[in-house]
Order: sequence, then structure tokens, then C-alpha cells
Amino acid sequence: MNTDVKFPKLRLRDIVYLTGRVCTMRDKAVRKSLDEEAPCGEEPVVYHCGPLVRKIGRVWEVVSAGPTTSSRMNKNTPAFVRKYKPKAVIGKGGMNKESYGAMEENNCAYLLFTGGCGALAASKVKRVVSVDWLELGTAEAVWQLEFERFGPLVVAAMGGRSLWQ
Amino acid sequence: MTIVADKDVTMFEREAFELVRKTVTVLPQDVEEAIRKAAEKEKGTAKVQMGCILENIEIAKQNSIPLCQDTGWPIFFIFGKKMPDIDFESVVRKATKEAVIRPNMVDPLTRENTGDNTGAGAPFVNFVHCNTHYTDVWYMPKGLGSENMSRVAMLNPLDGWGRIKEFVLETVRLAGGNACPPIIIGLGIGGTMDHCALLAKKALLRRIDKPNGRERELLKEINALGIGPMGVGGKTTCLGVNMETAATHTGALPVAVNIQCWCARRAGMRIEGGEVKWI
Repeated sequence: MNTDVKFPKLRLRDIVYLTGRVCTMRDKAVRKSLDEEAPCGEEPVVYHCGPLVRKIGRVWEVVSAGPTTSSRMNKNTPAFVRKYKPKAVIGKGGMNKESYGAMEENNCAYLLFTGGCGALAASKVKRVVSVDWLELGTAEAVWQLEFERFGPLVVAAMGGRSLWQ
Repeated sequence: MTIVADKDVTMFEREAFELVRKTVTVLPQDVEEAIRKAAEKEKGTAKVQMGCILENIEIAKQNSIPLCQDTGWPIFFIFGKKMPDIDFESVVRKATKEAVIRPNMVDPLTRENTGDNTGAGAPFVNFVHCNTHYTDVWYMPKGLGSENMSRVAMLNPLDGWGRIKEFVLETVRLAGGNACPPIIIGLGIGGTMDHCALLAKKALLRRIDKPNGRERELLKEINALGIGPMGVGGKTTCLGVNMETAATHTGALPVAVNIQCWCARRAGMRIEGGEVKWI
């Protein structure tokens, strides 16, 4: 467990704020993580996000970091969830039944963060903990970010229902 | 042949770089106003989404940081007699290096990122010849969440406005929350397959607060779908519809729907007599 976040009993449309470690993964990283061991730790909170970053000296800084479209990760998400057992997946736009099903079986919440709100999300990042798989490009790399009160995140899929049905 | 002094080239390029920075950090006023008005009408989860969007607009503006991490597909539109002396590749290279825009451009097959937003055909620079004394340079970075949900159809020539509307509504329904609604629709009708797609994109350069009858009609029908902000359900699915038409062949009715997310970034500058001003 790499974050101090606990998800109490959540219901659809509940609003939560997250303090703790979040791991960005999108198209390439989710795919690669099925063949290799992903640098996301155990039971991560996964964020579908390709941040805009800059390096000042030797320190990385997140400039803008909103969510990317989750449905592009539909194909690899069921296998990903079974392998890594994330506590939550944060994204936008919703996912397919197979992904929600795998999340449900593994007590993983799907949370919506408002698309396009990269500046707001970045303002909640306390620090960049690490970056791996940088060879995929800065947007596709795996960034461990420490957030303070990241949100509002909306519980977007629960009990076989989602906001988009 | 015109000889342009080095300092002019430097100035135009510096201004083009500032144009890129301004575009990705500050929304056009008409779009921001439409979002503010729409936010007042929403309730519950939809209102939360609109609240985030408004807060994000403020944070980005005050700190001069990109509204969205997807700083988009770099696209320039030039309207004038001739191309200005601006090396657009070096403009996006500098903007990428200074983390004003995210390195987005990749080879379509190997998926290798060029790292500086250049590449074959990138940035996408469109020159439109106009017989004006000035040259307008527009930057319109296109976010891919919404671009991915865009569609082109070669309709039956006699299908008419009713079928065109159906195609737009179907496209918006299929996009759902993926395109980051509330969206703006760029609608291209006529021309060839490629021309109508370009018309749809050019339509997104226009302000959204001066709709004509058909645009208003379509806007109302899209909002009746109830998809709402981020697809969570609500009154605001679309902020505006901009339509452009071109003559087409008697055997054709091409239609392109270019979806634009709420983060509708566009800004322009006018070069006139060696001077640059924002438009």
C-alpha cells in the first residue's frame, strides 16, 4: 500500500478528495504493464493522465495534469486490474462493462476528475516522487505524484451502474 | 522578392511564441462567458463539473499555466496575401522546450515521440489567401479527446438538412463524456471529403456568440440530449455550433463534425505594416 487514502463506503455520485500518492498511467504504460512489472507499487491509485512537466535543475515539476480519456484503456484494463489490484482508477469519460466488472471484483473505484482541468489538478500536486518508463515520452511515462486534497473526484461507477448509463 | 531585416523576423517569431503561450493559458472571452452562463443553470454533479472548469480557468489565467495538460495538436491558420516570415517549427520547438506545450507529436506507426512537437506535417500550418493589407496568424491547438470523437460522412446528395442534423446528433451521442463536454461543434458542409473536414476545423476559429438560425436550432437539439458536462447528465452538452459551407458536386453531400472540448483555445495576432497586435 503506497498511499494513506482509504475509501470508505462509497456510493455513486459521492464526492471525494484524495491525499496521497497517485500513479499516472495511460495508453502505452497500461499496455506495457501487462508484459512487464509496472513501477506503480502494490494497490496503486492509477490516474489516466499524461502530465505536462518541466525540469528545473534536477527536479521535475508538474505544470498541468488533468485526466485523459479512460475508454482508450478499455482493452487492457480488466487484465491490468486483476494483476495490480488498484484501489482506484481516476479518469474521465467512463469505461466499458468489462473494465467496471474487473474493478468491482477487486474493490477498485472508478473516479471522475473534470476533463481539461489540468491547471487545477497541478495546483494540488505537492511533489513528484518518481518517474519511470520515461523512454515512452514524458506524457506516457509513469509518474508517482503526491497530491494534497486532489478533487473534487466523483464516484463514477459502482454496483454495476455508472454515471454514463 | 521581399527582403526582411533580421530583427523583424525575430520580432514576429517572438510574438508568435507569445501567441502560443496566450492561447494555451487564457480562454477566449466568448467561450468563458458561455461557460459562466451555463454553470448557473446546472445542478448537482453537473454543477460540480462546471465549478471545476471555472476554477481551472482562473488558476490558469492567474499563473499563466496551460489550462489543460493536453496542449493539443499544434495548428496555425494564416490569412493574408503571403506567408509571414515566421518559422513555425522553431516557434513550437521553443514552446515545447519551455514547457508551454506538451510534446505530443509522434510517428503514426512507430508511435515514437519527436519530443519537440515537430514532425512530418507538424505543426499543421494552413495558409488561406486573402486580399488584405494585413496578415492574421491564428493558433488553434486541438485537444485530442474531442478530435478523436469527430466524424465525416458522405451523405446522399438529397438527404438535406434533416439528415445532416441527425448525423451531428448521432456523433455527439457517440462521443458522450469522452469529448469533454460542454463541447463546441465545428460543422463543415459541402466541398470534397477533405475540404469539408477543413471547413469544420475553420468553423471553430469563429466566435460562438453570434449563431445563425440553423446553428441555434442545432444547438438546442444537442442540448436536449441531456449528456451534460463531462457526460454526467445536465442541461449543457454544447456551448455553440459554428457552421461553414462550400459548393459541392451535384452527386455529393459531404458533412464533417469536428468536436471541440470546452477548452476551446484559439487566439490570433494581426501583422500590419511591421506592427503586431492581438485580435
